[in-house]
Amino acid sequence: MTTKTKAKPASEATAPRMMTGAQIVVEALREQGVSVMFGYPGGAVLPIYDALYGQDAIRHILVRHEQGAGHAAEGYARSTGKCGVALVTSGPGATNMVTPITDALMDSIPMVVITGQVPTHLIGTDAFQECDTTGITRSCAKHNYLVTDVTQLARIIHEAFYVATTGRPGPVVIDIPKDIQFATGPYIGKDGIFKPTYVPQRIPKTDAIKAAAELMTKAWRPLFYTGGGVINSGPRASEKLRELQELTGFPVTSTLMGLGAFPASHPDWLGMLGMHGSFEANNAMHDCDLMICVGARFDDRVTGRIDAFSPKSRKIHIDIDASSINKIVRVDVPVVADCAEALDALITEIKALKRKIPDLSAWRDQIDTWRARRCFTYANSAEVIKPQYAVERLYALTKDRNTYITTEVGQHQMWAAQFYHFEEPNRWMTSGGLGTMGYGLPAAVGVQSAHPDALVIDIAGEASIQMMMQELSTAVQHKLPVKVFILNNEWMGMVRQWQELLHGERYSHSYSESLPDFVMLAKALGGHGIRCDKPEDLDARILEMIDHPGPVLFDCRVERAENCLPMIPSGSAHNQMILGEITGNEVGEAGRKLV
Amino acid sequence: MTDAPKPVGGNGNGPKSAYFLSHADQAIERRTLAVLVDNEPGVLARVVGLFSGRGYNIDSLTVAEVDASQHRSRITIVTQGTAHILEQIEAQLLRIVPVAEVIDITNSKTGIERELALVKVAGTGEKRVEALRIAEIFRAHVIDTTNESFIFEVTGASEKLTQFVDLMRPLGLVEVSRTGVLSIKRGKEKG
Repeated sequence: MTTKTKAKPASEATAPRMMTGAQIVVEALREQGVSVMFGYPGGAVLPIYDALYGQDAIRHILVRHEQGAGHAAEGYARSTGKCGVALVTSGPGATNMVTPITDALMDSIPMVVITGQVPTHLIGTDAFQECDTTGITRSCAKHNYLVTDVTQLARIIHEAFYVATTGRPGPVVIDIPKDIQFATGPYIGKDGIFKPTYVPQRIPKTDAIKAAAELMTKAWRPLFYTGGGVINSGPRASEKLRELQELTGFPVTSTLMGLGAFPASHPDWLGMLGMHGSFEANNAMHDCDLMICVGARFDDRVTGRIDAFSPKSRKIHIDIDASSINKIVRVDVPVVADCAEALDALITEIKALKRKIPDLSAWRDQIDTWRARRCFTYANSAEVIKPQYAVERLYALTKDRNTYITTEVGQHQMWAAQFYHFEEPNRWMTSGGLGTMGYGLPAAVGVQSAHPDALVIDIAGEASIQMMMQELSTAVQHKLPVKVFILNNEWMGMVRQWQELLHGERYSHSYSESLPDFVMLAKALGGHGIRCDKPEDLDARILEMIDHPGPVLFDCRVERAENCLPMIPSGSAHNQMILGEITGNEVGEAGRKLV
Repeated sequence: MTDAPKPVGGNGNGPKSAYFLSHADQAIERRTLAVLVDNEPGVLARVVGLFSGRGYNIDSLTVAEVDASQHRSRITIVTQGTAHILEQIEAQLLRIVPVAEVIDITNSKTGIERELALVKVAGTGEKRVEALRIAEIFRAHVIDTTNESFIFEVTGASEKLTQFVDLMRPLGLVEVSRTGVLSIKRGKEKG
């Protein structure tokens, strides 16, 4: 039997203040410490917009498309560790939010989405701009609510924040019918709000920690495999990871979502693992004798072929979500806990053991031979800008600044992960699980709104950026000087690469016959446009972008047919990476059917 | 995760890697789970949606409020899958915010499963007499009768109900309605 234990009951509230539903929403957001929210008004949220009018506790960023509001809230959340908030209307407002809600669920981003709904008496009548928001979002949100009683509204909002930000974070949707926004009800504060059926297990069990420490002090080829959970847990988890690594000297690799938790400049850093990860990280995963997975979830982009995944290792898995453990890969020591708490307990336990950790020099030597393959080497050119070179120069010219990087999805995203290096958590915002093209620009808007003085760059592709490019107008309106660095190769690069690899170079519908003039487009939207197609001009143009005080679209014309390598082709194991170039014979019949 | 596999110590006696365990047991098991939930709107849809969304099976499902003061409902689900899938089902159910508790009735020594069926049988003469005789053996009640039909109410384990229905088939079975499995544990303890 598995039981969630009961928490303490709520304390009795004193005589509550009475206000309208719309005022309750704004007051609850204020009490939750929300200073920025993202939204788009419409018929079913007009009372809430009325309550927002003239107050200055909460800054409202008006986006151009509801999806933009969702991704902006995600970017805000991921760069601050706080809960992102989006406000949209019923019907199309809500359906346009489905993508960011799913994105936030996949990447465990805390977000509260408030949607308007048609008045209660019209629900179920196919009214204008009605949709079954809670029905539609049930499987893509961590939790959702349809408010049918104004007396419950304040409690629901506070509970939504609690659910969104605790345990494995995620998006929570609150659907509020218009009559509830007009109705008068009591305001209840956030203190004492609890949900008896929802009790995340933050503290690890002692026997699990003891078993993990036992394995860690006897391993000869150990490896930390860290993920987005370390970032989501908060900065303390990254500190504890660094502390535990210092104590043990184990090498560290990370998923796409975990970049920044461990400093990329550290000699024991192996780089990202997975499909486009480093040769040394993937081979270390394959050959290790102990894998310590911290806040990662054995995603298929990470594991490659599952029946050949790290065959010789014992596995420790730390995750606050028990369902992530033993879901894909069977592990030896499950540790259900918050990453920071588990890492802290491991440090204490390993210190207490006072045991001499095995000499890792043979393992290090092995790793060095993998490193010596220099898997990210590419043939640079004096005539054409290589996309890798573009990201390398961008990194070189921005690394010493207060920089935040977001990305879209595709080749540019992987090049950014490979060639841009992070020293701190919360500096890297990307759509990992869902892989949402169009994420980067609105996410950058969200990041910039939280960090007005920082340099916020969306590393983009020319295809992805067109999915959400209208949000440049949002950036202009709200004076958010985001920089969009487009690696423009005129192809949907990753699609093109897969067609080359898997479909006999039949490039079906992956070339954009017509592209906007991004410089003129930037101008039309009120931003600044820059174009660069010569390697020798690149540094000066990047500096021009950095120095421009407003939003910039940078059209960086790069080599068109460059492939993103190294690569584990689908259906292959970690030690079967493509390093040099694609021949077209790498993938068998079974692998061809995988995504 | 109290039921997660036991940690393997560093003594080298256990299997070389958990990797070899993952495909060890592919046998399909049947499992009855009692899921205690907050009786709030949409909670049944969440549970059912979890099963359809993740490709799990539902053989039967029953739900009703069992404690009005605590808004507590009890859902009994009969499902099947490999041991690995069944472990996932339990963990995924517990992720649902209004799910309070998941009880594995099948693997509990004290678990009891019962089902109720309403069975309509039409016929005359010897077949009618035989139907009544079998009903008596199964301790089925007659809850409606006409000159040419009976409706039997029968309770018990699902297998018993199936057996009863099978016996009624040649005797003029018209229609069957079953509740699906209900569950509880023996003894004075709750849950």
